[in-house]
Amino acid sequence: MVADVLVTVVPLVLVAAATWVARGRRMRRALPPPGPGRVLFPFRGRELSVPALESALRLARADDATLVPVYLAEVPLHLSLDCALPRQSAVALALLDAVEQRARRFEVPVDARIEKGRDARHALRQMLRHERYDRIVLAAETAAGGDGFTPAETAWLLANAPGEIVVLRPARDADVATLTASDAA
Amino acid sequence: MAGRLKVFLGMAAGVGKTYRMLQEGQAEAESGRDVAIGWLESHGRRETAAQAVGLEVVPRLRVEHRGTQLEEMDLRAILRRAPELCLIDELAHTNAPGSLHPKRFEDVAAVLAAGIDVSTTVNVQHLESLNDQVAELTATRVRETVPDEVLAGADELVLIDLTPEALIERLRAGKVYPAARVESALNNFFKIEHLSALREVALRQVAEEVEAKRVVSGPGPPRRRDEERVLASAAPAAIGERLLALVEPTPASQRVVRRAWRSAQRLGTELDLLWVQPPGSLDAGVAEQLDALRRLAVVLGAHLLIEPSDDLVGTVRRIAHERGTTYVLIGEPSRRGALQRLLRPSLPSRLLEALPGIDVRIVADRTRRAAVPASAAPGASPFSPRERR
Repeated sequence: MVADVLVTVVPLVLVAAATWVARGRRMRRALPPPGPGRVLFPFRGRELSVPALESALRLARADDATLVPVYLAEVPLHLSLDCALPRQSAVALALLDAVEQRARRFEVPVDARIEKGRDARHALRQMLRHERYDRIVLAAETAAGGDGFTPAETAWLLANAPGEIVVLRPARDADVATLTASDAA
Repeated sequence: MAGRLKVFLGMAAGVGKTYRMLQEGQAEAESGRDVAIGWLESHGRRETAAQAVGLEVVPRLRVEHRGTQLEEMDLRAILRRAPELCLIDELAHTNAPGSLHPKRFEDVAAVLAAGIDVSTTVNVQHLESLNDQVAELTATRVRETVPDEVLAGADELVLIDLTPEALIERLRAGKVYPAARVESALNNFFKIEHLSALREVALRQVAEEVEAKRVVSGPGPPRRRDEERVLASAAPAAIGERLLALVEPTPASQRVVRRAWRSAQRLGTELDLLWVQPPGSLDAGVAEQLDALRRLAVVLGAHLLIEPSDDLVGTVRRIAHERGTTYVLIGEPSRRGALQRLLRPSLPSRLLEALPGIDVRIVADRTRRAAVPASAAPGASPFSPRERR
């Protein structure tokens, strides 16, 4: 009698334990812990380049680093630098959500930021002041423009940011894939 | 017992603060209260002067300063007369040298201390904290200022609002200044853009005062009367939603902040972020994350509250009560072993028990939702259908 019960219960217990362990592993995989290194990925505007983001994610994964996407918000001159920016925040948070979702696929931890400045260069300077990093990845603007960084901004960053900077420019404008704020909806 | 202070606040001269103060004084007198005018500055406006008819006026004090006769409010006479309600115009006025107090708001404090209720008037540009802002907006700096505490301590704050167009109309009709001054006023201070900005500042100020009074209600200092505290403690339920998100200085909290902020935007309400800081010093990593959280709160217009305590639920309950919270948002609780679950209820359960009448929402990580087959839900995949090529 006891043996019958054991024959029934033990496998059930083992299956339950295995499921529990597998679930725990899945959870751990789903929530990667922050890595020691930090890869900054500044961007601005209403969309960001998927190839540039994926490059930054690949680099972060290879280095076992945390991706730090930094949305650069521009504060108009008639507003105080300390004011709230609800419209830009809505765009920024949606894009940061989209980045986090994509980072999950790459199993890269994310530590998002929003930096403010009077213009992109000022916001970049604030970013450098506030953030530790090992590498910066940024998307250059395409020939057609877009929300990438201009040659002048890129040159400024190269001249002023110590450390490794990776500037990415899409090969052809026609192939530029972008994430928009609505992608995270 | 100290008297009650009622302040009539306006965006500029001519909106009708004194008129309204006198109107209410008349109504109080008609209802049988003993009302006297401590100081009235009608600026020669007939309508204003007409409103004062029938109210007793405490005679003015004549002061001589460098050979000039000046008239000031007679504080001693008011205290001797001791009406139930005293109407004192122009709260920001600077008294003549040799007066009992340098500033009229100090006289008003003495009248209140004597148990006399006071109604008074002031323009928003006279508030100390707004002086610079108003000077920037209007290119005119006023020298007579009133500390913000005076306004914050008022029992009632009444905004006398008028559209800039209506005020300019009154100015042109000679209802604000004599005809000789109208043109100059129109060319300087009374520009529509100045008045619009000042109106906004005044509206904001009153909204903030109302908010502050609501927030300090309940366990606050016994400044306000008991019946008002009872009313104020009941007020949050009637006023609307207010969100409180529990955060920690970690990257994972950002999801909670983002979701909470979006909910606050949809509800058109304020968002408070609360970190209950456990005892002990901050290590560099936590300090860095806290700094980032502060900056995020500023960009979002959220209020970051840091409360050192080792009692998380008790602190949340206190803050939720103080700030009139209607929603509490928390991140997914960390996974606990079976034994822990048996020994102690989960955080959401404890919060639900501690916060009756408050919604508790757990912010899930949506990226972990089970994938829906593309054929079943076209466009449901978070990226690919919307990626533009």
